[in-house]
Amino acid sequence: MTELPQATQKKLGLVIDLDTCVGCHACVISCKGWNTENYGAPLSDQDAYGADPSGTFLNRVHSYEVQPDTGPAQLFHFPKSCLHCEDAPCVTVCPTGASYKRAEDGIVLVNESDCIGCGLCAWACPYGARELDQAAGVMKKCTLCVDRIYNDNLPEEDRIPACVRTCPSGARHFGDLGDPDSDVSQLVVARGGVDLMPEQGTKPVNKYLPPRPKDQMPEIDVLAPFLAPIDQEPKGFLGWLDRTLDKI
Amino acid sequence: MTPKQPVLDLSPPVSDEIRKTTCYMCACRCGINVHMKTNADGDMKVAYIEGNRDHPINKGVLCAKGSAGIMQHNAPARLRKPLKRVGERGSGEFEEIEWEEALQIATDWLAPIRANAPEKLAFFTGRDQSQSFTSYWAQNFGTPNYAAHGGFCSVNMAAAGIYTMGGAFWEFGQPDWDHTKLFMLFGVAEDHDSNPIKMGIGKIKARGARVIGVNPIRTGYNAVADDWVGITPGTDGLFILSMIHCLMKAGRIDLDYLARFTDAPALVNGDPGSPEFGLFLRDKNGKQQVICRKTGKLTAFDQPGVRPDLSATHIIGDITHRPVFHHMAEKYLTDDYAPEDVADRCGIPAPRIRAIATEIARVAFDEAFELDHEWTDFRGDVHKTMTGRPVSFHAMRGISAHANGFQTCRALHTLQIILGTVEVPGGFRFKPPYPKPATAHPKPHCGVTPGKPLDGPHLGFVQGPADLALKNDGTPARIDKAFTWENPMSAHGLMHMVISNAHAGDPYKIDTLFMYMANMSWNSSMNTGGVMKMLTDKDTNGDYVIPRIIYSDAYSSEMVAFADLILPDTTYLERHDCISLLDRPICEADAAADAIRWPVVEPDRDVRGFQSVLCDLGARLGLPGFVDDTGGQKYADYADYITNHERRPGIGPLAGFRGADGTQAGRGAANPDQLNRYIQNGGFFTHHIPDGAQYYKPWNNAYQDWAVETGLYDAPQPYLFSLYAEPMRRFQLAAEGHGDRQPPDHLRDRIKHTMSPLPIWYETDQQGNDGFTITALTQRPMAMYHSWGSQNAWLRQIHGHNPLYLPTKLMRANDLQDGDWARVTSPHGEITVPVMEMASLNENTVWTWNAIGKRKGAWALDDAAPEATKGFLLNHLIHELLPPKGDGLRWSNADPITGQAAWFDLKVKIEKSPAQTESKPTTPKQKSPVAAAPKNLAWKSR
Amino acid sequence: MHPAPSVIFFSVFSGLGFGLLFWLGLGWPSPTGVVAFVFFAIAYVLAVGGLIASTFHLGRPERALKAFSQLKTSWLSREAICAVAALLLMAVYGAGAVFLDQHWRIIGVLGGLLSLGTVFTTSMIYAQLKTVPRWNMPLTPLNFLSLSVAGGALLAGQVTWALWLILMAGAVQFATWIIGDTRFAASGTTLATATQLGQIGSVRAFEPPHTGTNYLLREFVYVIGRKHAFKLRVIALLLICVLPLILLLVPFSHAAGGLAVLAHVAGVLTARWLFFAQAEHVVGLYYGKR
Ligand SMILES: Nc1nc2c(c(=O)[nH]1)N[C@H]1C(S)=C(S)[C@@H](COP(=O)(O)OP(=O)(O)OC[C@H]3O[C@@H](n4cnc5c(=O)[nH]c(N)nc54)[C@H](O)[C@@H]3O)O[C@H]1N2
Ligand SMILES: Nc1nc2c(c(=O)[nH]1)N[C@H]1C(S)=C(S)[C@@H](COP(=O)(O)OP(=O)(O)OC[C@H]3O[C@@H](n4cnc5c(=O)[nH]c(N)nc54)[C@H](O)[C@@H]3O)O[C@H]1N2
Ligand code: SF4
Ligand code: SF4
Ligand code: SF4
Ligand code: SF4
Ligand code: SF4
Ligand SMILES: [Mo]
Repeated sequence: MTELPQATQKKLGLVIDLDTCVGCHACVISCKGWNTENYGAPLSDQDAYGADPSGTFLNRVHSYEVQPDTGPAQLFHFPKSCLHCEDAPCVTVCPTGASYKRAEDGIVLVNESDCIGCGLCAWACPYGARELDQAAGVMKKCTLCVDRIYNDNLPEEDRIPACVRTCPSGARHFGDLGDPDSDVSQLVVARGGVDLMPEQGTKPVNKYLPPRPKDQMPEIDVLAPFLAPIDQEPKGFLGWLDRTLDKI
Repeated sequence: MTPKQPVLDLSPPVSDEIRKTTCYMCACRCGINVHMKTNADGDMKVAYIEGNRDHPINKGVLCAKGSAGIMQHNAPARLRKPLKRVGERGSGEFEEIEWEEALQIATDWLAPIRANAPEKLAFFTGRDQSQSFTSYWAQNFGTPNYAAHGGFCSVNMAAAGIYTMGGAFWEFGQPDWDHTKLFMLFGVAEDHDSNPIKMGIGKIKARGARVIGVNPIRTGYNAVADDWVGITPGTDGLFILSMIHCLMKAGRIDLDYLARFTDAPALVNGDPGSPEFGLFLRDKNGKQQVICRKTGKLTAFDQPGVRPDLSATHIIGDITHRPVFHHMAEKYLTDDYAPEDVADRCGIPAPRIRAIATEIARVAFDEAFELDHEWTDFRGDVHKTMTGRPVSFHAMRGISAHANGFQTCRALHTLQIILGTVEVPGGFRFKPPYPKPATAHPKPHCGVTPGKPLDGPHLGFVQGPADLALKNDGTPARIDKAFTWENPMSAHGLMHMVISNAHAGDPYKIDTLFMYMANMSWNSSMNTGGVMKMLTDKDTNGDYVIPRIIYSDAYSSEMVAFADLILPDTTYLERHDCISLLDRPICEADAAADAIRWPVVEPDRDVRGFQSVLCDLGARLGLPGFVDDTGGQKYADYADYITNHERRPGIGPLAGFRGADGTQAGRGAANPDQLNRYIQNGGFFTHHIPDGAQYYKPWNNAYQDWAVETGLYDAPQPYLFSLYAEPMRRFQLAAEGHGDRQPPDHLRDRIKHTMSPLPIWYETDQQGNDGFTITALTQRPMAMYHSWGSQNAWLRQIHGHNPLYLPTKLMRANDLQDGDWARVTSPHGEITVPVMEMASLNENTVWTWNAIGKRKGAWALDDAAPEATKGFLLNHLIHELLPPKGDGLRWSNADPITGQAAWFDLKVKIEKSPAQTESKPTTPKQKSPVAAAPKNLAWKSR
Repeated sequence: MHPAPSVIFFSVFSGLGFGLLFWLGLGWPSPTGVVAFVFFAIAYVLAVGGLIASTFHLGRPERALKAFSQLKTSWLSREAICAVAALLLMAVYGAGAVFLDQHWRIIGVLGGLLSLGTVFTTSMIYAQLKTVPRWNMPLTPLNFLSLSVAGGALLAGQVTWALWLILMAGAVQFATWIIGDTRFAASGTTLATATQLGQIGSVRAFEPPHTGTNYLLREFVYVIGRKHAFKLRVIALLLICVLPLILLLVPFSHAAGGLAVLAHVAGVLTARWLFFAQAEHVVGLYYGKR
């Protein structure tokens, strides 16, 4: 049903740390691998070995350069998948009821057997989180690995999204953002997590942790005494050495 | 009201079976869980690959390449059957033959060589993960001409580390991620230790520790660094020595550490007339001597209770012997290394250099801490605690792939050592089998006897001119001229020189070039176009100048087209392999560890594991290590070899589950069930270093004893870190005229200058580079492995072509916009390629992703694939030789000490070009030996 | 946005068709027999043809019936339902006119209003999208409705109405462009808000996540042809408005009437192409494109 639930029991989602993501694309491929083999139709690839390869991915890593007023330009790697918005416009526009937001955990899903592949939900999503699979003709999107996180066939510690499990630098976190005491909520508070495009009114569940300030090492003065020379001359240095060694 | 929702199966079965093995997409060698499903036809298929949580290297995480393994394993470019060349070399025209015929051809070519002149076989093995095995095969064959890829990869890093501190970065050591508070990274885009570095960076960032990235390019690790130092390429040595200058001048160094654990107090002969001038004053047992601070007496450094004096000198006759530390003070305290003097050349303002040195010192000394582990050092001194200095460093090719890389790497290690941050908590830690000093490694061997094995291992660590691989007439014994006066300390050989030397017949002609796993006609060679010519060049009789080429690859690479005989390998999921302690194991700083691969699926093609083929070929050739007492084949296949081969009694390729009952670690009899035990254990074996032995390993009795027990060495071998590289001084002495092995005159000055026993910085040879002012670099993309990522349907969507990235200033200066084309020229060649702007880039540096460009017809890709049309290689601009200087000699584009290929010394100029339809130069298409790839994929095993 | 021909044809022709049905339903004109048949046939060919065209862009057209299920939330469902209701009612009304010489006023008016409703719901599919600021304004439905009613009037032969309505539609079209041009900036969505990196400095897209193309780029990032936008706008306005007005003002002839219709339709097609081609989806920001 394309009506959004009034409130969800949990708000499961991801927290992505832009201070730590090294842009390795591991999450992209691990997501592709898991979701090709699992939930719904495989994520297909067209012209896979040809001139214009293009396939369905549920998670992609962008990169941006930022030029501050002073100091060198900075570069950030920027992973992006569905943000499981609370006010998900992709859900309400869907004419078939294929898109829905789960009442129990807030995961936004596409029921592929109902999807007519009209693409409207992708039009409505500001984040580019939905891709229409060209082979299956149905809309694909991040499932928050709904077939992993509750899966009794997986060991407890593996009941997390594939992308989170694989991220080598630990830049991706998964949890209940509706519970203020959860690790992810705490992390968001501690690091000042933000919403993407808040003005779109989608109220994303996923949060982004902004990068910490960079290139801030003080260049002089405060620490200067630490490197005050003990003597200008090698000879003097050796004298210092003798005196110091006597004290050790 | 809750809207109606579909009912989902939240617990679908994940797979029918998990098979645990080891990834192969790079040297990191992570543990993987291969999920298998039985499909409708009843076949077990690979369904999904994830990281193995129990594995010491990756602890569950997996990179993009590893996760895309399924596409690698199923790639349409996989070779299907042995191939015999039928067309011209380079054309790609082959006929498929049976294995028996292939092996017979190889035997017919190789047997006469072995009987008459074994050196006429050159066997080089690329990024081989079985070097202890392939080198054993080559040694038994009897040729001196064996090496893997290290010489063009990062031998500077490896050799500098081992010569300086008995261990190197690569994947052989790691920062103490749990304790370090400042991590400084030089010249790394991806690294051999890919996942551990990423995990480590994540770990320390989560703690809020500082990361400093020194790199002309700010991507990846350097993008997440808190501070970025966009250094001028090739000047890191100067920057580091300047920081050493600052730290010494301020006395912010660890004197206690230097006195106890390094050769800083070791006395050096000061008699300019002596043939020992500049060598260590040694006792009759050959041990370095120091003055003991307690007694004031001259003594061997390692005697119980000795407290070596960093300052005291020793006079014999009228000659003063001074400790290394005096030499360092004299050298590094001069203004030559003052920040103000180096700032312009490094492109780093002087205050910034001071600030970084200050910060390093602050963390090392003011944030020092103690770990509550009592330990005893080799002199018998008991230390109540372990002092932590939480500053750590890592570096790779960005500093090693320059012609001054060896000394730069030594400078970096010197910086680590004066801070007392090596093998201490919070600092840099070795992974077994390191620490292991250069003197404990073999020396190179080149003694050839027809029909017999070589007189010892090929590669090793020379200690002076006596160990060079020279023939009696002084000419190079090896085809790659490793261990000669041109590059005396070339510990990994010089794979990048093999083809050009073989083509030139210099130092001699060879008959057969046998290669494994190296795309030498393409991205792993400098001068790609030239190499293709050399491989196809014919003499006046119409015969190929390099008469025969045998090659083993698993895929339809560019190199395949240039071989006469192809021995098709399996993919990594279809064969046995061993990642051995004799080689490049998967150890951690806390544990020795090794691993295997095993056929989690059987090949569906007529291909064979290359190592098993060598077992067969070795037996056909009657190589001693490969035939049993009756002359039959000794090892049925590689699995048999892994299980039953013993290098030394009780020491085999695998350390785990040894002994008849599988309970022994390290040493023990062969265990027929060993491979099964590995499989049951997840494909690997770990053996933990006991508590109290985990730091200070080179000097820690508890570690030394454990290492002997584990079979890493046969007797304890504590040693001092070598701030002063005596072997280098020996080469200088020869250049100064001492000794009977003398360098050719044209090399004397260079040897005297570059082989300084204390690290120096020198400008790399820029002759012929006038007007070429921009440095051009490559970086490895994290989601691609060299050339073979492009056959992967998932990965090639991420990196299907590679623009040349230009800094904003150069874009403006040349009136360029994103997507425009530029002509890039070096003294050696030219390319025309698309460009893109990048702001976070050193303003005189351009770069591109490595190895994305492909030759048409290779890798089962469409001729119009972007890799083959827009993609390009920078290698066309890089020559293995420097531009002619007019002295009649061609100097190699390499480090004069190790022969390391100087990829990153490339200088270019850039101008706007009209838009092109394809990148230039174009290489004519090769015929594909494999069937055309499918158009679309919708992969699902069930 | 990618100007997919199926969607352009759908919206233009169904707009015309329903516009005609609107007039027929109101009883201007009120033909019977064969003449009625021709009128209704034209209206149904346009409306139904347009609807069929719209299914061409579906990934799973065979499931199209499912699109009727979400009346409560989805403008696309509303459109589908509205369209079917309008077509059914107008079929009853039309049957009366063709076969029974009857004009069932109430059914006609209701069907006519539903026809307009269909055009309105269609327009709301676009107008509701915050992600495409150019569309996300009340002028979008006004634009669709005015074109539909004007084109319908033209087809229905309501010359006087058509004159005024065409003039109005032209004015609305013009306003749609001019105000539309300011919408993206007014939306407040920028690369800085999209990445939340704006606090640090000015943000620029560097490497895209993939070197090739993908669904998003094909669907939402259409930059080709925008440079001809101004010329196309002039042409569209000439065709929608100026030319038909002239043709209607010259003494009436069927040829001139036919030409006016053709010109108008060509103009609306051009305008609709621009409607898509000029629309920028905010997702383009992530790719450094709009
Ligand atoms: N411009 C530039 N050039 C460079 C570098 C650079 O930084 N810049 N880096 C250099 C360095 S450090 C290196 S290590 C080289 C790497 O260059 P290469 O060692 O040539 O690496 P690959 O391109 O991966 O080629 C290895 C070959 O092994 C084959 N192969 C893959 N798997 C298997 C297998 O299981 N069995 C067998 N038998 N074959 C297999 C592949 O198909 C491929 O043909 O490139 C060098 N070239
Ligand atoms: N994903 C992936 N992983 C790989 C490989 C791969 O192909 N793909 N290849 C493997 C192999 S064979 C190797 S050798 C390793 C190599 O791994 P790396 O050592 O990371 O090698 P490169 O990618 O060549 O990166 C060299 C870095 O040095 C920087 N650099 C160049 N010149 C200078 C300089 O003068 N000073 C400083 N400070 N920096 C400089 C470049 O900007 C670049 O960032 O990676 C291994 N891991
Ligand atoms: S990110 Fe896009 S697809 Fe996901 S819930 Fe929000 S609007 Fe829907
Ligand atoms: S594409 Fe599928 S999920 Fe999306 S709006 Fe259309 S029917 Fe709904
Ligand atoms: S949560 Fe699952 S589906 Fe979503 S991006 Fe991560 S791996 Fe992909
Ligand atoms: S796996 Fe982690 S570090 Fe790599 S791109 Fe994804 S989020 Fe970034
Ligand atoms: S780093 Fe990646 S490619 Fe290398 S071994 Fe590990 S998973 Fe495989
Ligand atoms: Mo390498």
